[in-house]
Amino acid sequence: MNSTAPRLLDAGEAALVVEFGSEVDPATNERVLALDRALATLALPGLRETVPTYRSLMIHYDPLLLDRSRLVDAVRGIEIAPPALSCAPNHLWTIPCCYDPELGEDIAAVAAMTGLSAERIVALHAGTTYRVYMYGFAPGFCYLGGLPSELAVSRRPTPRPPHPPNTILLGGGLTLITTFAMPTGWWLLGRTPERMFAPAREPNFLVDVGDALRFAPVDRPAFDALEARAENGEIVSQRERLR
Amino acid sequence: MKKALRIIAAGPGVTLQDGGRFGYLRYGVTPAGPMDPLAFATANRAVGAPPNAAAIEVSLGGVELTVDGGPISLAIAGGAFRLQLNGSELPMPAVVRLAPSQRLAIRAGAAGAWCYAAVAGRIDVAPMLGSVATHTRSHLGGLSGRALVADDLLPLTGPRLVEPAIAIITAPWLERAGETIRVLLGPQSDYFTADQMAAFLQGPWTLSVRSDRMAYLLDGQPLRHSKGFNIVSDGIALGAIQVPGNGQPIVLMADRQPTGGYPKIANVIEADVGRLAQLRAGAQFRFRRVTIEEAVAARRAEALALAAPIVLTPLRRTDLSSEFLLGLNLIDGIIDAAH
Repeated sequence: MNSTAPRLLDAGEAALVVEFGSEVDPATNERVLALDRALATLALPGLRETVPTYRSLMIHYDPLLLDRSRLVDAVRGIEIAPPALSCAPNHLWTIPCCYDPELGEDIAAVAAMTGLSAERIVALHAGTTYRVYMYGFAPGFCYLGGLPSELAVSRRPTPRPPHPPNTILLGGGLTLITTFAMPTGWWLLGRTPERMFAPAREPNFLVDVGDALRFAPVDRPAFDALEARAENGEIVSQRERLR
Repeated sequence: MKKALRIIAAGPGVTLQDGGRFGYLRYGVTPAGPMDPLAFATANRAVGAPPNAAAIEVSLGGVELTVDGGPISLAIAGGAFRLQLNGSELPMPAVVRLAPSQRLAIRAGAAGAWCYAAVAGRIDVAPMLGSVATHTRSHLGGLSGRALVADDLLPLTGPRLVEPAIAIITAPWLERAGETIRVLLGPQSDYFTADQMAAFLQGPWTLSVRSDRMAYLLDGQPLRHSKGFNIVSDGIALGAIQVPGNGQPIVLMADRQPTGGYPKIANVIEADVGRLAQLRAGAQFRFRRVTIEEAVAARRAEALALAAPIVLTPLRRTDLSSEFLLGLNLIDGIIDAAH
């Protein structure tokens, strides 16, 4: 595990970046989350909110209420006495996913790029436990790490018009759950009936950064039935507590 | 009848904003909020509303408003827009009383790109994720997550009438020149050699017509990266200056994504974000490096300016054209020069 002291970088006078590395790996991400949890328990006045990413924590603060030096001392203090680090996630989510070619319209293209059969692609994608590394791009978009190397395909040569909401994408060595229709340079692998983000539901956002996540293949009739339930505000995924 | 603001006509990009949607950046939620936070807060304070209260952000597309249910007081502040009450010109920034029979037009004027119309009272729209700030790309805030259009109604809770009815807002802090924008270097200054950093500060940069609420795109001599232009995504602060592969900097504004994957050469200090926002496409400017102490001092000066009560000066008849006085039904708010 990389245990060198993090780099502290200013992003303007109201945000501090605590950078633990420059790579995507679970140990680095776990240090980010450990700092995030420890800072939350300190409840520093003037600390507005934090944004964990793959390898850094952005701390948004009001410099008129929280002096930079005090924030830096707090961050350094946490590093002097590091909390127990563990890469074990708190929860395992099982998210239904329909890989029917009508919803996962690029499975054939991914098969052509990888030389794998459609069945093998689904088996690999649904046979993996992923780590939720971060949210980004749009509300509820989840970036998942742990994709089998056989499925690591490059992005589309040119972006395609908007995909439907709740599409599961593949590209750049990661897989991604979307929540909104957006143009994309990634490949469309399937669709979940689950709403990773629902503004009128509690919780608004389903999973936490650091959680583990798997996909459970469902056929088209099952997808349609789950879709109807999800449309009514029901959570159609399973959550298992791991620790 | 409950009072409500009624949109008669709105150009593209006129939206409802409040101080912004915070607390959800970690879930990929864009904060939105006003492009010029200082002008926005000034308009709200001028009518006694909290600085982060919901108000209308007017783009260069302009807006025309009326009111249902009785008169209301509004404060208009921002760029040098044209303000007309029933077709008669009023000075800016101003507090205005708008009656149901009248039309208030706010249109692009001599300078500036954004203007705010704040109400004495509360615009009563249901918040989404704790905020009414409109972010059209993710369909959050405002009315169904979209920009305002003709016939939209914004109901008002607790409307009050401000005295004097028509007044000039004294806000010298809004007279900001935009030729120099102050920045703190970093967080990825190590992706640029000293000569590229010097070129960035030397400029000059020209604001591109492709700019919008999300990003201000800059044209100028392209910058070169010393170690590639892809970084593993990390957080993005308001005013972050990304340099993508083509070397043309992008300043991330109110509708920024909370994370991104290009090296960030510098960050506009928050006190200058509104100053930059008010530039129009084609405007030329330079960046100037400051220390974090200077950035915090500039921020403190803004907070102090807004903390004091805002001075409203009644309009005198001599401030106005005779056409205006003839055209105006409601002149109680205007006092004589000898008064």
